Amino acid sequence: MIHSLFLINNAGDLFLEKHWKSVISRSICDYFFEAREKAVEPDNVPPVIRSPHHYLINIYREKIFFVSVIQTEVPPLFVIEFLHRVAETFQDYFGECSETTIKDNVVIVYELLEEMLDNGFPLATESNILKELIRPPTILRSMVNTITGSSNVGETLPTGQLSSIPWRRAGVKYTNNEAYFDVVEEIDAILDKSGTTVFAEIQGVIDACVKLSGMPDLSLSFMNPRLLDDVSFHPCVRYKRWESERVISFIPPDGNFQLMSYHISAQNLVAIPIYVKQNISFFETGSSGRLDITVGPKQTMGKTVECLVVTVHMPKVVLSANLNATQGTYNYDPVTKILLWDIGKLNPQKLPNLKGSLSLQSGAPKPEESPSLNIDLKIQQLAISGLKVNRLDMYGEKYKPFKGVKYVTKAGKFQVRT
Amino acid sequence: MQKLLQLPVNAVNIVKGVQGVTQGQEEALSPVLTPDSGPQNWYSAVQPEELRHLRSGGTGGGGWGRGHDDLKEMLDSNKDSLKLEAMKRIVAMIARGKNASDLFPAVVKNVACKNIEVKKLVYVYLVRYAEEQQDLALLSISTFQRGLKDPNQLIRASALRVLSSIRVTIIVPIMMLAIKEAASDMSPYVRKTAAHAIPKLHSLDPEQKDQLIEVIEKLLADKTTLVAGSVVMAFEEVCPDRIDLIHKNYRKLCNLLIDVEEWGQVVIINMLTRYARTQFLNPNINESLLEENSEKAFYASDDEEEEDKKAEPATLAKRKPYVMDPDHRLLLRNTKPLLQSRNAAVVMAVAQLYFHLAPKAEVGIIAKALVRLMRSHSEVQYVVLQNVATMSIKRRGMFEPYLKSFYIRSTDPTQIKVLKLEVLTNLANETNISTILREFQTYIKSMDKDFVAASIQAIGRCATNIGEVRDTCLNGLVQLLSNRDELVVAESVVVIKKLLQMQPEQHSDIIKHMAKLIDNIQVPMARASILWLIGEYCEHVPKIAPDVLRKMAKSFTNEEDIVKLQIINLAAKLYLTNSKQSKLLTQYVLNLAKYDQNYDIRDRARFIRQLIVPTDKSGALSKYAKKLFLALKPAPVLESPFKDRDHFQLGSLSHLLNAKAAGYQELPNWPESAPDPSVRNVEIPDWSKCSSRKDRKEKKVEKPFYSDSEGESGPTESADSGNCESDSGSGSASASGSDESGSGSESEESGEETESDEEEEDEEEEKKKRKKLDKTKAKKQAEESAERCTIHTIHQISCIINFDQFDMNKITSVFSQTLAPSGSIKMYELLHRIKGEGLAVEYCFSRQPFSPEPNMVAVQIQFTNNTNSETKNLHIEDPRLQSGMRIREFAEIDVLAAGESVTVVMGIDFCDSTQAANFQLCTHTRKFFVSIQPPVGELMTPAFLTENDFKKEQGKLMGMNEILEKLTLGEKCVNEHVIVERVTATANLSRVPCGSDKECRFAGKTVSSGCLVLVTVTTKEGGGAQLTVNCEKMLIGTMLVKDILQALSQ
Repeated sequence: MIHSLFLINNAGDLFLEKHWKSVISRSICDYFFEAREKAVEPDNVPPVIRSPHHYLINIYREKIFFVSVIQTEVPPLFVIEFLHRVAETFQDYFGECSETTIKDNVVIVYELLEEMLDNGFPLATESNILKELIRPPTILRSMVNTITGSSNVGETLPTGQLSSIPWRRAGVKYTNNEAYFDVVEEIDAILDKSGTTVFAEIQGVIDACVKLSGMPDLSLSFMNPRLLDDVSFHPCVRYKRWESERVISFIPPDGNFQLMSYHISAQNLVAIPIYVKQNISFFETGSSGRLDITVGPKQTMGKTVECLVVTVHMPKVVLSANLNATQGTYNYDPVTKILLWDIGKLNPQKLPNLKGSLSLQSGAPKPEESPSLNIDLKIQQLAISGLKVNRLDMYGEKYKPFKGVKYVTKAGKFQVRT
Repeated sequence: MQKLLQLPVNAVNIVKGVQGVTQGQEEALSPVLTPDSGPQNWYSAVQPEELRHLRSGGTGGGGWGRGHDDLKEMLDSNKDSLKLEAMKRIVAMIARGKNASDLFPAVVKNVACKNIEVKKLVYVYLVRYAEEQQDLALLSISTFQRGLKDPNQLIRASALRVLSSIRVTIIVPIMMLAIKEAASDMSPYVRKTAAHAIPKLHSLDPEQKDQLIEVIEKLLADKTTLVAGSVVMAFEEVCPDRIDLIHKNYRKLCNLLIDVEEWGQVVIINMLTRYARTQFLNPNINESLLEENSEKAFYASDDEEEEDKKAEPATLAKRKPYVMDPDHRLLLRNTKPLLQSRNAAVVMAVAQLYFHLAPKAEVGIIAKALVRLMRSHSEVQYVVLQNVATMSIKRRGMFEPYLKSFYIRSTDPTQIKVLKLEVLTNLANETNISTILREFQTYIKSMDKDFVAASIQAIGRCATNIGEVRDTCLNGLVQLLSNRDELVVAESVVVIKKLLQMQPEQHSDIIKHMAKLIDNIQVPMARASILWLIGEYCEHVPKIAPDVLRKMAKSFTNEEDIVKLQIINLAAKLYLTNSKQSKLLTQYVLNLAKYDQNYDIRDRARFIRQLIVPTDKSGALSKYAKKLFLALKPAPVLESPFKDRDHFQLGSLSHLLNAKAAGYQELPNWPESAPDPSVRNVEIPDWSKCSSRKDRKEKKVEKPFYSDSEGESGPTESADSGNCESDSGSGSASASGSDESGSGSESEESGEETESDEEEEDEEEEKKKRKKLDKTKAKKQAEESAERCTIHTIHQISCIINFDQFDMNKITSVFSQTLAPSGSIKMYELLHRIKGEGLAVEYCFSRQPFSPEPNMVAVQIQFTNNTNSETKNLHIEDPRLQSGMRIREFAEIDVLAAGESVTVVMGIDFCDSTQAANFQLCTHTRKFFVSIQPPVGELMTPAFLTENDFKKEQGKLMGMNEILEKLTLGEKCVNEHVIVERVTATANLSRVPCGSDKECRFAGKTVSSGCLVLVTVTTKEGGGAQLTVNCEKMLIGTMLVKDILQALSQ
């Protein structure tokens, strides 16, 4: 299936190649470079590129293109999903997935790629199995390794690979048994000029950090499971149990993982935490424009809105901005044409406002397009959908674990049109 | 073949030589010899010779790279750390794409290195360069061949993996042998690796196909989830057309699907889609065709409708009610939960399966899952949107509720925006068009010009598809003509042009409007387009056209070049249609053009003058001038580029590219009549070796009881209870006897039998004859025997019943209703008296087989009515169970009088897990939520093995399946008997005879899946002991170890 993989950085340097079958010359990437040039923005490189005898399927992540070479029919999503899994594994191992970390850990990267695919077909993609096979580098270990000459390759054989629950390794032991769950909700919304909601939905995930000894069997139940319209689960979750009882029952992987993600699309359930009053206009003459943005709280459920950031992509003719912010700082980048206003905490008593004039390229006609505002925000201790975890029970082990649940609401793709 | 096999043997010999050296190297590490003394010198002396030898073996090896001498030295050193460092540097070179092939001989020597990381890196190197250095690569083969025989399954697997990755044709026979052997390996992991190796060998030597298909056939029958995905992958690569191999495994694959790893799921689902298309009937065949037609109304092209018409009589003729094949239903049902997978590829695979196979009414469920994927990475979005675009043409209704999810954000990449636009356009209909158009209006203001152009085209398509909004759209588009952006204007004009060409009768109004606009619009491209339109349809605007030409003639010199060209065109067309009014104007324009700076314009003017103005010299062409200029231009077709793409299997690469990719398997059309469904029937013994093993075992066990049942089983029972009595007195060595009797061997303790025993024996015999138990006697018997022995008794009785399969139902029903659980069986509380408002419920695991369903655990429930009124209609409701778990309720108890108690038996299939079964216990007035959670020991039934069988089975369950634990026996565990008793009390196991008195063995199998559970307790001097549990189900094993440990160390 997957024949070869090339890693290419933003500048077009090919810095790693790996072949799972016969070697394919790196000149195949020329087809990719051609498409890359044509696309201008890296986002716009088509994920599937054809060459006379091969197909190049690529993803763009963390400023690296993962370009895989395919020779025969294969579901494209299969490859794309796998490449993302590779990137996630690197992130998991090295803390970040960047050119530098990959180059620094090239041997581990190679060993990982070797284990993840066999003859182009995925073999071990569970991070728990991989970590047993190849230990992730830590500062302490790399020091010890240089002194003693020992290796990163696990001496023990991976047990998870053989069991029916491949995501969990056997013989886990902790002195403090803890299980933390973060309910993170993101609001995706489009608001129109007048502030009415064109479209809104909530994308939620439950991230878990489970450090429990032995083989715990957990079940998580919600106060209001009916809210959850569409869910997807980590493979450890028992589907049938969810279907019949709306309880999430699972034997967790060890460590951090995403337990589930859900989607609440019913618009009446989606509360919009803030409102934005904006007026961006350009004058017919005088090569200038005016900008006035005010942000205020709307449905915040009594919580404070934090980390509020407004980003505006200005039309190309805008040269500079001379503005005055009552709260926070603003910055206009004349190269990328991005106006960034970092507000911070939203104070309901004194609404933050950004006001001032924009200067345009002289002689250029008034821009026709209207920039849209992208909002970023965070609300702690609140799941905007109202989802609440009822209880977490553990079976199969005798000790009493420490359990914690945290709620956070963030803005996802939150856009205000002008 | 023989010859081929010999070659590697030579290679082996060569390697042996090398290994001799390596061993010498290891000797050098020995503490006796300091590393920098003699032996190393000796070694380096040998080395050059050795290398020459190696080099002569390599054909294209070439000389040593100048820059690699240091690496070579490090590899030759005897320190693992240096070797490791060297290998790391080499691998880094490979990763950067630098050639490291000249190091091959130095690297391959280290293939047998003890250090795991060095070894792994050598493998990486070997697999990369073996193809280029075939002869040298052979040197490594023997190492892998040895690895294939290793007792550790993971080493066997990794040896096979590397061996099969070495692309050297000469070792094909070795690979073939290795694969065949591994395919029947005990370990599923090795079998999985064998499945992975099949496509490798096939690509190396396609001639092995037939043999490989045999292996595939064998592995397809494997019932472990680990193997399933990999073997189907091999099937798809080697013999995707051999659909006949799937028949027997179809149901198994469907049932295993949910537990297969995600990548395997994708492959299996795609394969099953194709399979189902060949084996089942089209579920939509009898769907009302009218509906289909109305659905298609906007998109159906003529030939499609014709097809429908043709199909109609045919379907009407045989319109018998369509009944879905249960296997077809099975597939749909078992794939559905996978829509919830976190893996986008799995979701897409299920979506395409539903799209291609499900009845129309059910396809809708995939929409939600696909919309969810749109939140994922942009590449995933891209692929999903492509598929949604195809689906939305055929099944518009499916995505309509999610219309807003396709709204576009300014931050989306352009390619995503364009695809979303495509979907929105496909979804547009009379009811939602106004919303969509409003949305489109905002898109037109976007900064992304390519996207704006696509939006305008989308508006054009909506206008052609939906008649009601055509005028609105046209007006909107006409307004866009005044946009400052050329691209927008050009695109609008193109779209307007297309729209006008479609409905000539309405031309005049819009053209008039556009003619008015010509005064204001400055964008040359737009002016040119308008002029073209007026020229093309000048007959529809006979009055305006000459006037426009007049204005244009006036401003001709100031116009842009493209506008000038269109003015000439307009003039020519007018001259041909309305020469009276425009003759002079045309000549004026042509004259102006004649002296234009631009030679294109001069050229055009000359050419047109020759063509239209009749002169003596004018050739034959001028006669056809009118035909040339005013030919009816075909209206451009505005249809989705995704139309008809669904003849490619959705989700496939070919679908994405809209072209057949190499290796694409066509999605077959539905068969006219269904092929024989019985091909999928599977005879149970054929299923797998596991079940046949079970069969064999059962026969063995049954034999003694069946052959002379009364003669043997009678004493069995009595001996047992005899033991119990004697135990209560002396408690000595008789326990082993009692267990031996369980296995059917002749008991020796007849001498110990007392009178009461004989009485019981008679009873037992009676029971057997009448196939009934006498309740009072049984009760008495239970009371008589020592309390702690009761378990044994019951358990033995249940064994007898077990083998009288025919009338088991009767027996158990009588038995269960009468036998009051005695103290030794632990009672658990299900419902407390106070909580249950006077109704107390207790349960216990009676350890009898549950007759209606042998793979359920029998749970005996005792209801006691403590109130002073009667309780009615006791029954179970609303069981909420884990996946796979089942419950067999007891018959409803009509009345339970005050103060009375009653005992019933229900069966629960716990699926070999200790998950609780939750259900509601209902009376005529109240409902109580209760749950039953089994201790692990109750999930098994005794299995009867001989000592030899036990050892054999234990041998098969080594490695991962074996759990060893040391323990100190509790104070009271003084003798074997107590141990036996404690273990059997903890778990429902039977004792296996054993020669040694230091060892106690127990066997059982899990109730639900029949996996063997083997327990061995070995006692040591001074109260120590070792506990060994062998069980395929590791979870059960671990839990059982814990429970037994606790029981023994008390």
